Amino acid sequence: MATAELNRDLSAIRRLIAKAKRYDLAFSAVGFLFLAFGILVFTALLVDMAVSGAGRLSLDFFANFPSRRAEGAGILSAWVGSVMVMLVTAAFAIPFGVAAGVYLEEYARKNWFTDVIEINISNLAGVPSIVYGLLALGLFVYQFGFGQSVLSAGLTLALLILPIIIVATRESIRSIPQIIREGSYALGATKWQTTSHHILPYSLPGILTGVIIGLSRAIGETAPIITIGALTFIAFLPPSPITSSPPYFNFEWLASGFTVMPIQMFNWTSRPEEAFQANAAAAGLVLIVMTLSMNAFAIYLRYRLRKNIKW
Amino acid sequence: MAAVLTPEITGATDANSAQALVLKAESKNFNFFYGAFQALKNINMPIYDRKVTALIGPSGCGKSTYLRSFNRMHDLYPGNRYEGEIMMYPDSVNILAPTIDPIEVRMRISMVFQNPYPFPKSIFENVAYGLRVRGVNKKSVLEDKVEEALRGAALWNEVKDRLDSLAFNLSGGQQQRMCIARALATDPEILLFDEPTSALDPIATGAIEELVHDLKERVTILIVTHNMQQAARVSDFTAYMYLGEMIEFGVTDTIFVKPKHKATEDYITGRFG
Repeated sequence: MATAELNRDLSAIRRLIAKAKRYDLAFSAVGFLFLAFGILVFTALLVDMAVSGAGRLSLDFFANFPSRRAEGAGILSAWVGSVMVMLVTAAFAIPFGVAAGVYLEEYARKNWFTDVIEINISNLAGVPSIVYGLLALGLFVYQFGFGQSVLSAGLTLALLILPIIIVATRESIRSIPQIIREGSYALGATKWQTTSHHILPYSLPGILTGVIIGLSRAIGETAPIITIGALTFIAFLPPSPITSSPPYFNFEWLASGFTVMPIQMFNWTSRPEEAFQANAAAAGLVLIVMTLSMNAFAIYLRYRLRKNIKW
Repeated sequence: MAAVLTPEITGATDANSAQALVLKAESKNFNFFYGAFQALKNINMPIYDRKVTALIGPSGCGKSTYLRSFNRMHDLYPGNRYEGEIMMYPDSVNILAPTIDPIEVRMRISMVFQNPYPFPKSIFENVAYGLRVRGVNKKSVLEDKVEEALRGAALWNEVKDRLDSLAFNLSGGQQQRMCIARALATDPEILLFDEPTSALDPIATGAIEELVHDLKERVTILIVTHNMQQAARVSDFTAYMYLGEMIEFGVTDTIFVKPKHKATEDYITGRFG
């Protein structure tokens, strides 16, 4: 069987490819280097903190209140405070943020007014956190009379991460192909049915990512919490939300004074004694583990939810 | 570069030689796996030079998988595995060999996809992209090549006054012809079509089919289609595939008029399943 003639110079093609591929190689080298640098710095920070703080990590460290003696000091009031503040933050930021995002994307009419809102929400995400602290001090602490409480702190942080959640919600909703909406409307579904049966479930993985990024940011925030006047040294816990007598829960904890992990850390790092620096490192380690486990949980949820979604 | 010149192609104007078949590519004992799933089973098939070969068969029979093997599209995704050979001539190279750079294969074999996905650039830049990838940046050369390709794709007259407008502004049929021009501009040896008209109306489909017919004077064409009439109209050879196997290969007229296998006949006449 005869074969076709070759109408091109293969060796020229090979030279061309070899030349073009040098950029592939160069970029992968540079990219890897930068990645390695980032990882290295983070690892160095983590290891440094672990080395100086690991010795302090014990059950007592979690169960003790802060103390003037470094060896006896713990983070009990700090981690309980952080958890409580996060509960308030999540309870407000998630429904407000998701609802606002869904409304803007699915319900709001597209006109100059919603355009202005859109642009400003993105801008809000860039406002320095201390500004939120000032706003909260005036509004929540004095105007509404919530005082320097868990509630004020939670609301402040909710405000802070609201734009992050709204933006993530909208991005996630926007990535759903229009044909999905059309498919639902074509069967006679209403806007709310389309939103609740399709839009929300399909955008959930993306929304969750935004929520967790927001909460991870909130848990490490110090400035706005200091601004509204969190205590830096407390040796008591807010009242328990769950009680032994009916109705088995109370809301007094919301009005209680509190401290949070980053403030406790800040407090210790500003002490002159060497021993307190170890405490600060240990608290930092705990804070990082808290953040990372929140992220891990988000990744797990996203993986679970995305398994059935594909376009 | 030693070109294999045969009497058949050197005397291409000769009436007898029009019938002479020249081999351009050939798959030998070709298997393909998506992970553990074997999508193609022992495919043996010749692709003749400057002929149109149609791949037909029900959805999921592996015809697109087979087509995409020709420009190593499967290399883009992890877990895919080729076995056996697809030989390309005249240099007798196995284009699936790990030593062969997939980019080299793609420089010789172009592909037109089911849906036209123009780059969000001008018509000119869309068609010129393949040339730019090959290091051609001289304006005059690009202009000539783009015009030639657009003429080859029967689109020149419709777009010559608006080469700088966005490709999205073209109609579906025009976009598909632009994608063909994009593939043609690089002067490929083989052109792969993956159901190129399934998203087009009958008029645009007719234009593409006519184009395929004209193009085979220059380039070897392999086309996947769901449309029996289309296969009968445009192709010289037809292969019927089913469940990852090549059931029958032959001259199109024979396959459609007197198929050897009952399964082929059932599918062609619409009695399938």
